[in-house]
Amino acid sequence: MEVPLNAQYIRNIITGAQGVQDHIVHFYQLSALDWVDIVSALKADVKATASLASKLSSWPDNGFNELKATQERLKTFVGSGQLGVFSSGYWGHPAMKLPPEVNLLAAHHFLQALEYQRNINKVVAILGSKTPHIQNLAVGGVANPINPDSQSTLTIERLYYIKTLIDQVGDFIHNVHMVDVAAVGALYADWTTYGKGVTNYLSVPTMPLDPGGTKFALPGGYIPGDISKFKPITSFNDEYFKNNVKESIKHSWYKGDWDRHPYEEETVPDYSKYDEKGKYSWVKSPTFEGEHAQVGPLANVLCMYASGHKATQKYTKIMLDTANSVLSLVGSKARVNINSLHSTIGRIAARAVRTAVLHDELVNQWQLLVDNIGKGDTTTFNPPVFPKGEQRGYGFHEAPRGVLSHWVVIQDGKIKNYQCVVPSTWNAGPRDGKDALGPYEASLVGNPIADPDKPLEVLRTVHSFDPCLACAIHMVDTNNKEIVKVRAF
Amino acid sequence: MNPNRTESNRNCPESKQNQSLKDSGQSFLSVLVLGIGNLLLSDEGAGVKAVEELQNRYDCSDAVEIVDGGTSGSELLSYFDDRSHILIIDAVKTGNQPGTIVRVDDPPAFFQKKISPHQIGLADVLGLAAITDNLPRNITLFGIEPKQLSTGLDLSPEVARNLSRLVDMVVAELKSIGIKVQAKNR
Repeated sequence: MEVPLNAQYIRNIITGAQGVQDHIVHFYQLSALDWVDIVSALKADVKATASLASKLSSWPDNGFNELKATQERLKTFVGSGQLGVFSSGYWGHPAMKLPPEVNLLAAHHFLQALEYQRNINKVVAILGSKTPHIQNLAVGGVANPINPDSQSTLTIERLYYIKTLIDQVGDFIHNVHMVDVAAVGALYADWTTYGKGVTNYLSVPTMPLDPGGTKFALPGGYIPGDISKFKPITSFNDEYFKNNVKESIKHSWYKGDWDRHPYEEETVPDYSKYDEKGKYSWVKSPTFEGEHAQVGPLANVLCMYASGHKATQKYTKIMLDTANSVLSLVGSKARVNINSLHSTIGRIAARAVRTAVLHDELVNQWQLLVDNIGKGDTTTFNPPVFPKGEQRGYGFHEAPRGVLSHWVVIQDGKIKNYQCVVPSTWNAGPRDGKDALGPYEASLVGNPIADPDKPLEVLRTVHSFDPCLACAIHMVDTNNKEIVKVRAF
Repeated sequence: MNPNRTESNRNCPESKQNQSLKDSGQSFLSVLVLGIGNLLLSDEGAGVKAVEELQNRYDCSDAVEIVDGGTSGSELLSYFDDRSHILIIDAVKTGNQPGTIVRVDDPPAFFQKKISPHQIGLADVLGLAAITDNLPRNITLFGIEPKQLSTGLDLSPEVARNLSRLVDMVVAELKSIGIKVQAKNR
């Protein structure tokens, strides 16, 4: 089954924009507050902050007045007792080590990041019809008609608007996001020694460049513990990937005890008590070549680095060099290198590197799409045909949180079995059939805990994976009746 | 610091229905009716079902945008821009009988002690909107007490029975704000 070039490029642009948005939100909104003390930012000397900022980056919005405005805004929030989004952070925790000026700078960028993430998310919305949960994907292409004579399709005006949005976020990534992550990483350099966990890394190639999905803009592969033993995964029909994915349910609340290939799996819930020697999780335990593998931006960056991908090598070097220059700026003798990435802070650094790589590729994919339409090709869809009998197929994707694969068995045109092996399952899976610890579990071994009642350090490591476990329930619970009036009818 | 403050992102960037009112400098009405929840978890999807019913039964003036927020988080921020009023409809657990309808007049304060910086849900979206000066003075949460939250596409009978009343309350609220709302001929 072939997918038209335009459809590949449109999918690739969505992939890139979604990744960039997700990674920016992850750093600033979802994990930065594990490292950045917002309340401490109130004590910052604004002049010193502006001076520090000018040493780190040429970003124009880091001036005294802008930083002062942010500090005033934070003061109003804290002063009114309305910490809002910041209300349940571990402020003043002994593991918070950043100076007030760095905290203020990070808080300043926390607010700016909100604007940039929503702008790049517009690209996803324009091409995908809505976000999240895009609606334009179809088996065989995309549902985005291209017709130069119609205003109701993907027009040149829309395409150039997309280009503007892509360009805007680029400045933020290079001058703010990369720099902030390097600075926070350098000032918490001790965290390059915690949180390593499982060092088998799995990632898949992404952004196909031909209709058959045999050439990719971004490479993938498997690192079995040692980066020099990297093995590439090269196509959507890759036998090496297809044959080596399994899931175990020995420690998961599903019926039975087996290690199976996804085509042969079933998912029959069978809850029993929490038993850390037996079954203790709803998450299955995926393995690659019989062992746990870590997935996500770190796995992706290490695999692209190992395969010689130029942009990945360039941005990894920039990240490490920037962190090292911050270390010398603060008079520290510590230095970081590529091996420092096998850590809690390394996962966060790799996510920023991936953001920059994805952004470069977004620019490329946009140009490829525009050039291809310019040649007169407006096809975006090839109708699929499902032959009789039993058909098996799988698809994979390097999602923001890592390797995603779906496995389907079709019998006479109807789905007989469908299994998803998703990124957070790879990372959050419990012990496998041989009782080896999963990536979350392994990464927490040896984490320091300064205050057992406020285990901030555990959050740091688990958040560094960007866990996806909480997007199902969105219900309001009105236990705090003392604060506002709740009228029942 | 806000590079694109005035850009609208409604997934349909052409719609700028309130632009003229705003530009005239008069006090303007721009109301967001936001239903949120997960349709796959029975009563958890009550907010989404309510905005569907609202759209099926009523025509509202252009000053209202009705949005199925689904399970979105920070993506909803862009819908908060330049609103005079926001009405949120959601399943709300109060310990009352299933189907009980509640009204919360200051949801941001209500969420004050509830929220975590580690999961972006409705509470966090409101918090982010507040700190970026993007929250209107008038914000109201209409809730309905759920009975079941297990996997399923249907509401429980208790919630289904009261859903129309919930929608009627939202319509009454819209009218009291000064919005033209007309029942559709069916």
